[in-house]
Amino acid sequence: MTAETATRPAPPPRAGARRRARISGGTALGLGSAVLYLSLIVLIPLALVVWRSTDEGLGYFWRAVTTPDAWAALTLTIGASAIVALINLVLGTIIAWVLVRDRFPGKAIVDTLIDLPFALPTIVAGLVLLALYGPESPLGVNLAYSRAGVGLALLFVTLPFVVRTVQPVLIELDKDMEQAAASLGASPFQTFRRIILPNLVPAMLSGTALAFTRAISEFGSTVLISGNLPFKTQVAAVNIFSQIEGDNTTGAAAISTVLLIVALVALVSLDLLQRWGSRRG
Amino acid sequence: MAIEVRDVNKSFGTTPVLRDVSIDVASGSLTALLGPSGGGKSTLLRVIAGLEHPDTGTVLISGVDATRLSPQRRNVGFVFQHYAAFKHMTVYRNVAFGLEIRKRPKAEIRKRVMELLELVHLEQMADRYPSQLSGGQRQRMALARALAVEPEVLLLDEPFGALDAQVRKELRTWLRRLHDEVHVTTVFVTHDQEEAIEVADTIVVLADGAVEQVGSPADVYDNPANPFVMRFLGPVTEIGGNLVRPHDIEITADPRPGSSEATVARVVRLGFEVRVELQIGDRDAWVQVTRGVAEQLALNPGDTVNVRPNPGSRSLALTGA
Repeated sequence: MTAETATRPAPPPRAGARRRARISGGTALGLGSAVLYLSLIVLIPLALVVWRSTDEGLGYFWRAVTTPDAWAALTLTIGASAIVALINLVLGTIIAWVLVRDRFPGKAIVDTLIDLPFALPTIVAGLVLLALYGPESPLGVNLAYSRAGVGLALLFVTLPFVVRTVQPVLIELDKDMEQAAASLGASPFQTFRRIILPNLVPAMLSGTALAFTRAISEFGSTVLISGNLPFKTQVAAVNIFSQIEGDNTTGAAAISTVLLIVALVALVSLDLLQRWGSRRG
Repeated sequence: MAIEVRDVNKSFGTTPVLRDVSIDVASGSLTALLGPSGGGKSTLLRVIAGLEHPDTGTVLISGVDATRLSPQRRNVGFVFQHYAAFKHMTVYRNVAFGLEIRKRPKAEIRKRVMELLELVHLEQMADRYPSQLSGGQRQRMALARALAVEPEVLLLDEPFGALDAQVRKELRTWLRRLHDEVHVTTVFVTHDQEEAIEVADTIVVLADGAVEQVGSPADVYDNPANPFVMRFLGPVTEIGGNLVRPHDIEITADPRPGSSEATVARVVRLGFEVRVELQIGDRDAWVQVTRGVAEQLALNPGDTVNVRPNPGSRSLALTGA
């Protein structure tokens, strides 16, 4: 785990270490392809978006982001994503726990179902949710065109993240540790809090960060159930889409840039948090 | 008695792993549960610790019926084969864990932990993480952690099983000395008879979930209760329908009372010890002699010699073998 490698003292310098630090031919090729690929697929397009967003100057950028409808869409998106990520942090961890530690009939099926939100085109997810929780809901629950509907759609598409990051860690967790804690006098709750949880937190946090960043960019699943009411249920991705339709690419790029920064901040602060945690032990 | 196990039965599914097991462990003793793998020794240890529940029978710790007590209320120290180190905690915090759970004052915890780390020679490692320790160091940390709560009994499940031979030997001697220092009643599980003989003062031989014999190392080695125990505790060979230790056989050129004729098949010199492989009738046997004896007899393959169990040595009649 990162906790251990990070605290390991550096090996003493050895003769020939300098030569070893030089990049060999094979490494250079691998590194080169990785950087090239990453640049073409990720970095250059992202840089272009950021570049575009400041086409008309920073003042325009700021105005584009703070138009009432864009601002409403951004705050809704970020707020809803944060809440959704937190809910899935708790429930995703519980689901992972149940899937790893409990035995029940149909477990394999449930385990497969978890991946469904990943596999399903998100627009299909939106359709399903609209059919179930829309105006003609067979359950009598109508969440269409409401913020709750947006939250529901986001919960659906981000569910797998925490489950799938926590699950493998929980499987690998040494059960002897728990028994050792019990024999040292720890109650089940103390064992959970002091032994199990600290080992799960890194996975829980990275799952949550992934869920959050996925949620702020969500389009397909929310577009149907939210009804895209500006100032009420329109999420940022849909707002970007409508800006582009209205031929305002610079504005669209500006809002995109904000989403990009928020996602980046979330990922970086998660990483810092984990480093800090691992230093602390 | 520190531990009294009475008529314990335990099955996993339909497979019985402990069958009517009763043992007594004296206070302050160092007892080995010895037996082949799958013999139930680890399960018995875990039953004592409360990590497994017996189907029937009782476990008394210091005279108190602990059968229904959860592990955290038994006050036993348990050391696992694979250390079970709390990998997210430093060595110091690992050892302090039981004391922190008991909400002891910080100063007292600090003092006790440092004492224990000194006892297990890890005082320099207090701020390291388990992943930065060698296997032997991790196991010593686990021992200190178990001892920190001043358990009434210390239970070790194949404590040296995951270590390489060299470290294993060192830790064996060290455990023996540690026990002489702290005197806590200790039970350890092993499948290595040499380890049991070297470290323990009492050996409980378990096979197929039942106790085969209980006694001092010398006792179980010299007076095995049955052929199984005799085979398990050391090398054996068969002469005239009897199971004999190969070092308890006399080789002579001339016949003597009770001796049988044998043909030398091979002579293997292993330093000081010489291993003489014999053919007695249509059966193979082997004898362990010193180099002096071998040279005196000038043994060569094809020679005819006479062998018999040393008078006074213990042999077991094999019935139906």
